[in-house]
Amino acid sequence: MSALSALIRRDIRIALRVGGGALIGVLFFLTVTVLMPFAVGPDLALLSRLGPAILWLGALLASLLTLDRLFTADHEDGSLDLIVMSRTPLELACAAKALAHWLAAGLPLIVATPVLGLLLNLDGTATLAVALTLLAGTPALTFTGMIGAALAVTLHRGGLLLAVLVLPLSIPVLIFGVAASQAAISGPVSFGTPFSILCALSLISLVIGPFAAAASLRHGLD
Amino acid sequence: MTLTDLANPTRFLALTTRILPWLAGATAILLAIGLYQSAMAPDDYQQGATVKIMFIHVPNAWLSMFVWGVMSIAALGTLVWRHPLADVAAKSAAPIGAAFTFLALVTGSLWGRPMWGTYWEWDARLTSVLILFLMYLGLMALWRAVEDPSRAARAAAVLTLVGAINIPIIKFSVDWWNTLHQPASVFRAGGPTLDKAFLWPLLVMAIAFSLLFITLHLAAMRNEILRRRVRSLQMMQASRTAVIGEAKEMGAA
Repeated sequence: MSALSALIRRDIRIALRVGGGALIGVLFFLTVTVLMPFAVGPDLALLSRLGPAILWLGALLASLLTLDRLFTADHEDGSLDLIVMSRTPLELACAAKALAHWLAAGLPLIVATPVLGLLLNLDGTATLAVALTLLAGTPALTFTGMIGAALAVTLHRGGLLLAVLVLPLSIPVLIFGVAASQAAISGPVSFGTPFSILCALSLISLVIGPFAAAASLRHGLD
Repeated sequence: MTLTDLANPTRFLALTTRILPWLAGATAILLAIGLYQSAMAPDDYQQGATVKIMFIHVPNAWLSMFVWGVMSIAALGTLVWRHPLADVAAKSAAPIGAAFTFLALVTGSLWGRPMWGTYWEWDARLTSVLILFLMYLGLMALWRAVEDPSRAARAAAVLTLVGAINIPIIKFSVDWWNTLHQPASVFRAGGPTLDKAFLWPLLVMAIAFSLLFITLHLAAMRNEILRRRVRSLQMMQASRTAVIGEAKEMGAA
């Protein structure tokens, strides 16, 4: 247990200090959201209707871009080999790394959501709904994305390949995240239904992600 | 003859040399029968002659999912049983599966044009098949990203199994998304159950297409084995010329 908490603390510290780059995700999120009005026009009514979808897409892309860092730096300096060889089960170590990554790169996105909601003319309920669905949904993005990150690091290929592999897997999260936010704002469906499915998706990915990532690390690193 | 006997690529090649002509012949005969029966099938009272697209479309759609199943079993073969031919099977199945999925999409949109009045409708089924197609392409990109086949095989196996778990979830989500966004009125409400005049040609075509897949898959596996042999021969030759070159340099010095 202490090994895992040490791993989490170390990862968060590395991510937040110089060269960590966890907060670049928030900057990217902000930039993508600012770009949207230029594409669809400054119509406030339209923006508030598209708002939840824009915020979700931005958060999805931001969390995808930061995923590259999940294993790469550790692989470069050799600490990933130590983690694979250590007595702590690799599945738990992967889960701990993903948790640390989510705390450092995922949570800031959710904290930034209310500010970005203001830019998109979202009212209080809508902003709260989007933030809540992001809180429930981004762990699923991180934990399924971790599979792609593990594959990419064993193949020494990152970037586009990672995106192509991970994005189709994140479609369910996107569907239910946006649906739950829309349901809270206007929708005919009650907020609870899509939101509980979103939570279920996060829980499933919590199980599948570490096992698949550990399997690909174990088979892929030599 | 068990699966472990086939672990020897030479024995596999010998077996497929004997089987392939028969398989190809059976496929051709069944396809001919199926196409004749589909052409002779009566027109639908609602859809007219366009219903005949179904005889091509449905087998393709069925194979698009079946091939992923085959690849998942092959992925288990790679990761669990370490069967030497499993990754050959997985690698050569992916492009064929992608081709079937693509054909299902094309025939689906050609069928959709007269039925829905548009080539592309964000219909739940078409959308989930499109996502399946994207996943096939991603898998092929993964295979092509790495030179060492065995390294790529293990990564692709993990991705195939993750995909096998995720495909039903994606299918369910897309269904849910579609019912949320679109009223069901666009589509025929509970189309009539298939008449025997349609059922028989469809069954024959489904079997013919499955045989077509098996034939293509075995042929592609043969090619892949031979390609790997050529590759290792080339590597051996390259290292030999390198050694000889070094020796000559040593002699000159």
